[in-house]
Amino acid sequence: MDGEIKYALKQVAFYALIFTFAAWIAIPLIVSMLYAFAVPSEYYDPSKVIPLKFTPRHVEILLITLGALDAIKNSIFVALLTIAISFALGIPAGYAIAKFIFPGKDSIKLLIVALRMFPIPVMAIPLVVLYIRLHLIDTLIGVALAHTAMALPFVILITSSIFAGVSKEYEEAALIFGLTRFGAFLKITLPLALPGLAAAAMFTFVISWNEVFVASVLTLYNRTLPAHVLLIIAGASGGAAPDYYKFAAAFIMTLPAILFILVARKYLITMWGITLK
Amino acid sequence: MVKVRLENLKKYFVDRGKIKRAVDGINLTINDGEFLVLLGPSGCGKTTTLRCIAGLWKPTDGRIYFDERDVTYLPPKDRNVSMVFQSYAVWPHMKVYENIAFPLEVKKYPKEEIDEKVKWAAELLQIDALLDRYPSQLSGGQRQRVAVARAIVVEPEVLLMDEPLSNLDARLRVMMRAEIKKLQERLKVTTIYVTHDQVEAMTMGDRIAVMNEGKLLQVASPSDVYLKPKLLFVASFIGAPEINLLEATVKEHGSTLVLEGEGFEFPLTEEFTSLLRGYVDKSVIVGVRPEHLMVEGISDVSRVKNKAQIKGVVDFVEALGTDTIVHANVGGKIVKVKIPGAADVPIGREIKIIVDLDRLHVFDKRTERAIV
Repeated sequence: MDGEIKYALKQVAFYALIFTFAAWIAIPLIVSMLYAFAVPSEYYDPSKVIPLKFTPRHVEILLITLGALDAIKNSIFVALLTIAISFALGIPAGYAIAKFIFPGKDSIKLLIVALRMFPIPVMAIPLVVLYIRLHLIDTLIGVALAHTAMALPFVILITSSIFAGVSKEYEEAALIFGLTRFGAFLKITLPLALPGLAAAAMFTFVISWNEVFVASVLTLYNRTLPAHVLLIIAGASGGAAPDYYKFAAAFIMTLPAILFILVARKYLITMWGITLK
Repeated sequence: MVKVRLENLKKYFVDRGKIKRAVDGINLTINDGEFLVLLGPSGCGKTTTLRCIAGLWKPTDGRIYFDERDVTYLPPKDRNVSMVFQSYAVWPHMKVYENIAFPLEVKKYPKEEIDEKVKWAAELLQIDALLDRYPSQLSGGQRQRVAVARAIVVEPEVLLMDEPLSNLDARLRVMMRAEIKKLQERLKVTTIYVTHDQVEAMTMGDRIAVMNEGKLLQVASPSDVYLKPKLLFVASFIGAPEINLLEATVKEHGSTLVLEGEGFEFPLTEEFTSLLRGYVDKSVIVGVRPEHLMVEGISDVSRVKNKAQIKGVVDFVEALGTDTIVHANVGGKIVKVKIPGAADVPIGREIKIIVDLDRLHVFDKRTERAIV
């Protein structure tokens, strides 16, 4: 009897904790979504915490009139390019660290992480000078390269642990049954590492999508979404925008990321279900 | 099918600046169609040898020949070998069918032929009902069958197996032991099988190659390895329960020799005497297998020609059903006696152990080589 009560209490405490966590994540998201669509009079009415009348006007103005739609396209392009470059460089590096023993391996690993030691604002001015000289300033490729520099250390570390998790004997079996080392990597290791690589891609996407400082410094017209939002909301046009525009901007910035993660997560779980024993 | 020849094969590893001689100069010929078992304790170099034959590792020195073809530095794909891994290494992202078909697809077989061969191999291993499943939906034993099917489907010249049964439960292991052996006899493929399990080695191998510390100690048929071990290590590694080893000194008693040790004295037969002539007053190690010892009053000793007697106190009894293993304390050392069937031997009782003197093994204590 005593045990049952104890068990029930434990369950209540457990779910209370889960609920708190979920609320902690969900409430700001929901509130910002509600405010993003609130009619101004409702938003400023102090008697109403939750607005009841909605309009898509702010989001529309942001997207069309203020050019956020182009910025979203830019952001997606930059994020995908960042994934492409950092994977092209990071996968071979991660594979080498995972599968081979070579002199200086530990130092190289440390060095890779140490790259992230330098705060980006410190590097901003030299970076701008360099970009002007290389004619990369205000280009999306330039931003993607800068984002690659930020994401690459993580990509290398994540992919190396993914490859280390793929049993060596799978690849050796492929060698025995007629493939070259590269063939074995393509046909065996890569497919097995795919769920992990997809997670790494998600991570890289979020790094690039969220990044505002470098993007703001390196571009003027070809801006990614966070940099563009900063420009129009923090008021280059003389003063800050009304609050509901800020919420609308927040909504625009979070929505694609949430959708992307939801889709990728579903795919990840199915993949893991097959490959994990 | 080919004959595999290893010529002075060496594989060294460098571990923290120290050279580890995993395989240290092995000469071995595996005949066409033979089932050879590489047997030894873990770390003896047997898997390293196998991996060199497979081409996964390059030897430090020495040569590997398939018939007259030098394959020492060829990549695995150019050797026409197959391998069954200890972990099976059945690819989890492919269905059973795709796993078995993979080696054929790589070799660009036509589709119908692939289909035919996969079905043939699957039927042989009785997994034809599982072709549409993923490995994660299979049991360990089924996965093992997939690994074997994949290995034989290409009809390799050499089939390599690296402790393929060690991850199975005991019952399945016994079953697969017989199946793999039968399969090999049917396919007549030259097979090299690595194991640390002496029962597997004894039951499956045409010949057993016993290895320790990178060296090949003895290559012989299972019965020869068991009955005529050339080295102390081979004698003690093979046999369960393990051989009894007793220290003794060779003494001269008139015209005959005796082996004297703590709590026993064995007079030697003429045959033994002539061989041990040179060891008078020297230390030797006497080995006698538990089944060549008997307990007076329990075992039938009438058929033993030359026998000696030692006294011991029963220390422990293992009743296995088919046999009873009596642990007796002889002069401070435990001697194990294997009696067929059940036997009533109370702990603490003093017993007389009968030794079959024709079945003794005598080893030089210094070189650990067999004298008799």
